[in-house]
Amino acid sequence: MSELVRARIDALLSKSKVMLFMKGTKLQPACGFSNTVVQILNTEGVEFDTFNVLADAELRDDLKLYSGWPTYPQLYVDGKLVGGCDIVSEMHETGALAGLLK
Amino acid sequence: MWTAETIRSQILARFSDADVEVEDLTGSGDHFRALVTSRDFEGKTMLEQHRMVYAALDGLHSGSIHALGLRTRIAPRADRGESDHE
Repeated sequence: MSELVRARIDALLSKSKVMLFMKGTKLQPACGFSNTVVQILNTEGVEFDTFNVLADAELRDDLKLYSGWPTYPQLYVDGKLVGGCDIVSEMHETGALAGLLK
Repeated sequence: MWTAETIRSQILARFSDADVEVEDLTGSGDHFRALVTSRDFEGKTMLEQHRMVYAALDGLHSGSIHALGLRTRIAPRADRGESDHE
C-alpha cells in the first residue's frame, strides 16, 4: 500500500475517537451492514465520524491491507479496529460496546 | 463457488474440534451465516476469533460472496469422564 494512503488513514484515525469506514454516508448508508452499525452508534448516543469508502477506491483497497480485515464497515475506537457489523452488533447486545465507548 | 458445505468443510479443516453451522440465507450462494464453536478461541478476543475464521476461508471475500454473518463461541471444556469416551 502507498505511504500516502497510509498517512491519510493515520490522520483520519487520529482525528476521531470513533471512526466508521463505511459504504455510503451517515445519512445515506449504501449497504445494510453499514446502516446497522450507524444505527447502533446512534443508539449508543456517541459522537462519531464516518468515511465513505465507495467515494475513494484507493483508500477502500488499502485500508483492508492496513487493518487485515476483509470487509466493510470497519469501526475504529481510539485508532484501533473494533470489528465489522457482526462484532459491533454482538458487542452492542452484550453491553461491551458501551463500555468501550465510555 | 462457495456453498454452505464448502465453507463448513474449510472451517473444520482448520478447527478440528469445532462445531460449525453454516446457512445459505438466500439459497443463491451469496449470503451466508455461520456459527463456529471451538476451544481454539479460548483466550482470544472476538476480533482475533473472527480473523482466525476468515484466515481459514482465504479468498472468500474476493469471490462472489457478498456477506458472511459470523458468530464465534468458545467451546466449554468437557468435564472429565462425563462426556468423553476414550
